[in-house]
Amino acid sequence: MRAKELLPSLAVLSLLIALWWVIVIETNSAIFPTPLQVVTATWELVEDGSLWQHIGSSLFRVGTGFLLAVCTAIPLGLWLGRVDGAYITLNPIFQILRPISPIAWIPIAILWFGVGNASPIFLIFIASVFPLIVQTAAGVHTIERRYLRAAENFGVSRYQLFRQVIIPAVLPEIIVGMRISLGVAWLVVVAAEMIALRSGLGYLIMDSRNAGNRYDLVVAAMIIIGVIGLFLDGLMRLLEKLKTIRWRYGR
Amino acid sequence: MADKIVVSNIKKSFVANSEILPVVAGVSLTVANGEFVAIVGPSGCGKSTLMKIIAGFEPTDEGQVLIDGVVRKKPNPNGILISQHGSVFPWLSVQQNLMFGLIGTEHGDKAELADHYAALVGLKGFENSYPHELSGGMLKRVELARALAVKPEVLYMDEPFSALDALMSLRMRTELRRVLEEERHTVLLITHDVDEAIQLADRILVLSTRPSTIQATFAVPFAHPRKLSSPEAQALKEAILRELGV
Repeated sequence: MRAKELLPSLAVLSLLIALWWVIVIETNSAIFPTPLQVVTATWELVEDGSLWQHIGSSLFRVGTGFLLAVCTAIPLGLWLGRVDGAYITLNPIFQILRPISPIAWIPIAILWFGVGNASPIFLIFIASVFPLIVQTAAGVHTIERRYLRAAENFGVSRYQLFRQVIIPAVLPEIIVGMRISLGVAWLVVVAAEMIALRSGLGYLIMDSRNAGNRYDLVVAAMIIIGVIGLFLDGLMRLLEKLKTIRWRYGR
Repeated sequence: MADKIVVSNIKKSFVANSEILPVVAGVSLTVANGEFVAIVGPSGCGKSTLMKIIAGFEPTDEGQVLIDGVVRKKPNPNGILISQHGSVFPWLSVQQNLMFGLIGTEHGDKAELADHYAALVGLKGFENSYPHELSGGMLKRVELARALAVKPEVLYMDEPFSALDALMSLRMRTELRRVLEEERHTVLLITHDVDEAIQLADRILVLSTRPSTIQATFAVPFAHPRKLSSPEAQALKEAILRELGV
């Protein structure tokens, strides 16, 4: 069943690669690589071990920034969702900050944190924290009144209200928020690494171009970024299968 | 019997499109300790609003609700509301739902108590199921057992079985009666189903159309289990329907 579903995608993908190959050969492009050249370039990176180093750096930055965002956004989102005064006061501010592209923060990140790891981590944090706050608060707002009424009726403590009603009720929204956030975070780390630093997949792209137009390496890095992004999303999708949130997705 | 619930002259209006809409216009009633009182009324007559006020979920504009002589302002575990749409938590298992209201240490072994009530309402074997795996009738049983587990003095039931199909609704009435034989509770039931009221209640109050007032009171002197097809029950039903203008 699964393999059958994948078949059309794989067919189109093979077609695209074939088309790419034909066009590069037909146009006698001196710089743009063929798929084979990209594979060779990737193998080159695997052999000298630098590929793992770049992937590791990027993942470390995404992981740290994303975790910081999760630790900040979930409590903040729950609080905003429950306390109307806080929501009315802070929501407009988040709505202003949210549409500012994380790329626009790059100069400020460099100013505040220099060109070490802190800069991209900060950018990832900025990029992923707002969607998650908004999604969590919205999730709290959509909890059905009847559940809150029942909790009120049984006279449970605030702690039990959060642990057994609010958090499980919002968990599906939080997981959707985390998927969105992680997607944005991965998008941003690559962009952030293009500016400075000496490692990471974004750095690899800029460095390959600058160091003698190695477009085979550029395309190789792009494809690796895409594959890892797909893998990260798959990881977040696994969370949707948790037993405690399956109620949300019907029978 | 002492009066458990004393409702005196409750009034409630809502403001809709800058117009004042009176919903409840001076309702007074008493429910004795251990009594089962049913309130019947046409749809949209303000029954649910009245119930929310009595259970403490909505403030009243005028009048007051006394439970055991104490003014009721907020809901508490001594009176549990079971409503039409149900409020079984879908993210908790049946057993966890039944244990939800068991707060503090006075309940002893909570899991054991939960399982006892699960068995009482016919949920034995479903303790570890999740609500999405259960049918509508089963969910009602969970709701009922969760309420009974905290040993409330009053059960407020707002059209509890109206979302079920006719057969299941009939079955749940019998079940409820059986449970009430085992554990005596004061019950206030709101329904638009006259048969349901006659089968379950000791006394039936008929509510007028909006703004609602109590229009008539009927005693139901039949012994349980009741046969709705008996001539006395049929006569009572016709009298109630006449009050409802049907």
